[in-house]
Amino acid sequence: MNALPPALMALRVNGATMRVAAGPMTRLSTVLRDHCGLTGTKVGCEAGDCGACTVLVDGAQACACLVPLGQAAGAAVLTVEGLAADPLGAALQRAFLAHGAAQCGICTPGMLMAAMELLSRTVAPDEAAAQAALGGVLCRCTGYRKIIEAVLDAHRFLDAALPDAPNAGAAVGARMVRADGAAKVAGTARYGDDAAPLDALHLRVVRSPHAHARFTLGDFAPLLAAHPGLARVLTAADVPGRNGFGIYPDIKDQPVFAEGVARYRGDAVCALVGDAATLAAIRAGELPIAWEVLPALDVAAALADGAPAVQARWADNVLTTGRVVRGTPDFTAAAHVAEGQWRTGFVEHAYIEPEAGWARRVRPEGGGIGGSDRIEVHCSTQAPAMDREEVAGVLGLPVEAVRIVPTACGGGFGGKLDAGIQPVLAVAAWVTGRPVRAALPRIESMASSTKRHPASITARAGCDASGRLTGFEFDGTFDTGAYASWGPTVAGRVPVHAMGPYRVPAVRTRARAVFSHNPPSGAFRGFGVPQAAIAQEALCDRLADAVGMDRLEFRLLNALRPGDTTATGQVLEHSVGLVECLEALRPRWHALRAEAAAANARGGALRHGVGIACMWYGIGNTGMSNPSTMRITLDRDGRLTFLNGAVDIGQGSTTVLLQIAADALGLPVRDFALVLGDTDLTEDAGKTSASRQTFVSGRAAQAAGAALRAAILRRANAGETARLRLDGARLHVDDAVLDLAALEAPLEGVGRFDPPTVPLDAEGQGIPYATYGFAAQLAALAVDTELGTVALRRIVAAHDVGRAINPTLVEGQIHGGIAQGIGLALMEEYLPGRTENLHDYLIPTVGDVPPIECILVEASEPLGPYGAKGIGEPALVPTAPAILSAIRDATGAEVRQVPALPHRVLEAVRAARQ
Amino acid sequence: MAAAPYHRPETLEAALALLQDGAAPPIILAGGTDLYPAQAAAEAWMCPAPARRVLDISALSGLDGIEDRGEHHRIGARVTWAALRDATHLPAAFDGLRAAARQVGGAQVQNRATVLGNLCNASPAADGVPPLLALGAEVELASAARGTRRLPLAAFILGNRRTALAPDELALAVLVPRHGPGARGGFLKLGARSHLVISIAMVAGVIEVAAGRVAAARLAAGACSAVAQRLLAAEAAIVGRAADPPALAAAILPRHLGPLSPIDDVRATAAYRREAALVLLRRLVAGLAAPDRARVAA
Repeated sequence: MNALPPALMALRVNGATMRVAAGPMTRLSTVLRDHCGLTGTKVGCEAGDCGACTVLVDGAQACACLVPLGQAAGAAVLTVEGLAADPLGAALQRAFLAHGAAQCGICTPGMLMAAMELLSRTVAPDEAAAQAALGGVLCRCTGYRKIIEAVLDAHRFLDAALPDAPNAGAAVGARMVRADGAAKVAGTARYGDDAAPLDALHLRVVRSPHAHARFTLGDFAPLLAAHPGLARVLTAADVPGRNGFGIYPDIKDQPVFAEGVARYRGDAVCALVGDAATLAAIRAGELPIAWEVLPALDVAAALADGAPAVQARWADNVLTTGRVVRGTPDFTAAAHVAEGQWRTGFVEHAYIEPEAGWARRVRPEGGGIGGSDRIEVHCSTQAPAMDREEVAGVLGLPVEAVRIVPTACGGGFGGKLDAGIQPVLAVAAWVTGRPVRAALPRIESMASSTKRHPASITARAGCDASGRLTGFEFDGTFDTGAYASWGPTVAGRVPVHAMGPYRVPAVRTRARAVFSHNPPSGAFRGFGVPQAAIAQEALCDRLADAVGMDRLEFRLLNALRPGDTTATGQVLEHSVGLVECLEALRPRWHALRAEAAAANARGGALRHGVGIACMWYGIGNTGMSNPSTMRITLDRDGRLTFLNGAVDIGQGSTTVLLQIAADALGLPVRDFALVLGDTDLTEDAGKTSASRQTFVSGRAAQAAGAALRAAILRRANAGETARLRLDGARLHVDDAVLDLAALEAPLEGVGRFDPPTVPLDAEGQGIPYATYGFAAQLAALAVDTELGTVALRRIVAAHDVGRAINPTLVEGQIHGGIAQGIGLALMEEYLPGRTENLHDYLIPTVGDVPPIECILVEASEPLGPYGAKGIGEPALVPTAPAILSAIRDATGAEVRQVPALPHRVLEAVRAARQ
Repeated sequence: MAAAPYHRPETLEAALALLQDGAAPPIILAGGTDLYPAQAAAEAWMCPAPARRVLDISALSGLDGIEDRGEHHRIGARVTWAALRDATHLPAAFDGLRAAARQVGGAQVQNRATVLGNLCNASPAADGVPPLLALGAEVELASAARGTRRLPLAAFILGNRRTALAPDELALAVLVPRHGPGARGGFLKLGARSHLVISIAMVAGVIEVAAGRVAAARLAAGACSAVAQRLLAAEAAIVGRAADPPALAAAILPRHLGPLSPIDDVRATAAYRREAALVLLRRLVAGLAAPDRARVAA
């Protein structure tokens, strides 16, 4: 038997024969994407850990990244692009849309294909079968529950269409199918690695394998000579502008390429630009880099007297200290005092789409040289306007010379709020004059990207004999890693929220962001508040027990209510729905507690418990301006366009803002064309972060719709309540007709909103947020007291969202936040160099998220669009504390370090028994 | 970079000939579920392995079945975890192995990964090893020069990622000896999540109950030592006893886990692993001896 000749290999994909010039060991995922142009199959890890690339090979689901072309040749391969041709596949796609089973959409093709294998055998499966079929596909957005619903329900869509889009005036509050959903279930949505030009060069960042090291770069000429496919090596010397980027205007401390010192494992040292095969073959040992490994500081070492500075600018290694001081907590006068210390670890965002994008240098039409060129970066991002500023900074260009075009974003959760690979792509394209693309391999993504801040917390709370909180103290040290990123935001937000959503007359809270030689900690859903809530809610449980009160009633007694003053001195006048949340939970609380008691009465190693936790969360930036501008145009040919600069990272802003704009204008959503994200075409909507898009951009969208409506009504001389109907270029306004073609110019409506806040002073006094989300969650679970394992039974989540613009999407956010809270509580721990892949770093799978009941409370926010406020981060905050509360309820065990891995739980169970 | 040669022969003779050929033996590819992840890990820090010839055994005839050969069942080298998982006709002694099959990776991995590949990969946390140790399995190896030989599984896996497979040999099959009609197998896997999880600890066993007594027992634990271990002392502690679940569980003592040498790692501490293995083993034994014969599941 001879080796197969390197000829074309044939395979059947979606019924068609494809001949590809690729080696037999080429991964099928690469073949499909790069040779067949079928980019609906996504690559998330190239290790079979995430299942994003799941396709069917002869009807059996397989990770395309683990299938050699040599084995696929001759087999029948079905990808997401071929699904709609099968009535069952099309039904499954409709079920996904109707149930809101796709959020960011990056796992959707894999989920669909895994489900298709099952449905082809069993058209109406049970939940256990669905879980077994989907167990190998990770989703980071949805919490899986709506995916399971869709799979179980798919057969009903064999002869059922999707529900119609809502009519004019009926969009707000409707469970409208997401506006970007069809492309996601079809596999045609284009993500960061899906649409680079064919002639783009590839880029590979060379990163420090050491947490702290000095290095010198030698002569790269021999390397370039040895590898003809290597076009260029980029180092700090090639950065045309400032070799630094960062979130804050005065802190651009993270270098595009490190200069002489690497400060964490993953720090960028240089970059290789060339063809993909060449870059894959170059070995670290070939690079002329001389390393001198230096001692690496953790936070404790960084705070020690005389510790060297991680960055010279911060001699004491303290990046920022935030505090709130109101009164003086007097614990000697309190009837009951609880205190303790807690620790949390690094948490990885684990978006299933790693960082990816491409850039090109654009010469203006009609010539022009040098200075008038522009740079265009297409990338998966949460913050196009911020990317624009960073790219302009590192290239030394005015921002007008930079265009950021967001691709579909396969998950963010805060991790794509930093500039990511955008600066290095921009430098490479600018310097080479060629389009340049990059997609980080999973391991590199995990090693180099930001993380949730590990926290070390000491906290104390006191109450009087009746259970009313009298004082609260909190001191948190947050490991901000090697570079500032969003560290100041965490240090600023935590002290405001650390006492929880309760009336506390005397408060003293402090949070410090401290440098170390760890990966930079940045933004992650909740900005430090989830960590703080673990400590604070544990104290609530202990005080309730000390007083002898029911844990829910203790929280209800202390809950913030309209008219209350917060620790920052802000009077909360409206939309404080925590009492409603707790009252809505009360019947479920009693029922679940009764179930747990009955189960415990049967004895055995399993102990059942129910936990509760509350949260509040300020929507938008902390005491800082964060405006959004939205624009709607109505052309003379009748084209209605919503120009929306907010990036939808899966949470649904594209749909929610459309619903708001449509009702404010008075036309149905189906009349709108969408222009999204592109910084050349849309106004700055601000970043997709801080749970702000529904509230801030939503209010701007409402204003834009209203402004366009007013312009129309003025021209038609119609009254406020006039009904609009668009029919080509004829706009019906009640019984009159406005001939749009006869207008001298298109009509437009522009809306802008910046939530009113007052910056915090040195004592943390001010109005940090215009509004807050409130929530309470219950967790019911069983602890195996011999193994320390935790089995979740149910989560009940009551969230005050002001107004649910799209209840399906709100539930989706709650489910997804809960799933991430489960990960934080029970399994996720990023350890540099040790858990930098998705089989050692565990995120919840389909079997780890129990049934979730959502209760939507709508305490209307007058500033918000139709009363709405944010939900993205609030969904996550109470979950981990509720789980820890339930573990304690079940066993008495106080788990003070998360994740509560089995060995830690078992240890705590033992300690509680002594 | 020139791609290394790739061979996908259809006959065993051709495959064995390729193994004889040349100083650098080819890497053997079956389901690919270990090979590609290792490649991704190496490339992430720019340490790609040198290109090696590949011998893809996925087209070899005669290795894709689970055959009842009378004195043993023969599981061919191409048999996937999914095939084993779905082989409902197998006797109850296979229940543990089939339970493991349901928990190896996700369905995608089960569809392509082979049982024998799991043994050849020789991970300390290989899910297939404890159940096959408990079944008393042997591995059949073949080379062109020396023909076939059989090794007990414990003699085949020598250490962490080390086996007795000679450079010119191919592992052809796992042979599972026939067990008595009363034999039942079980498997318990402990991990920090429900799917796609590398074991913190796992145990497997096959127990034969006759006339109300444990007539035979084979027990093993994995992920608690470099190679999964038979637990002979634990077996001895229950053989001959009445098949009373609580009493059997109580008969297994910490000192019976002597062969285990767990380590501290990102998943758990060594001390925890030792304790968990004991708990799992007691539950396994109790479940296997339970008169209702309910399936033992984690």
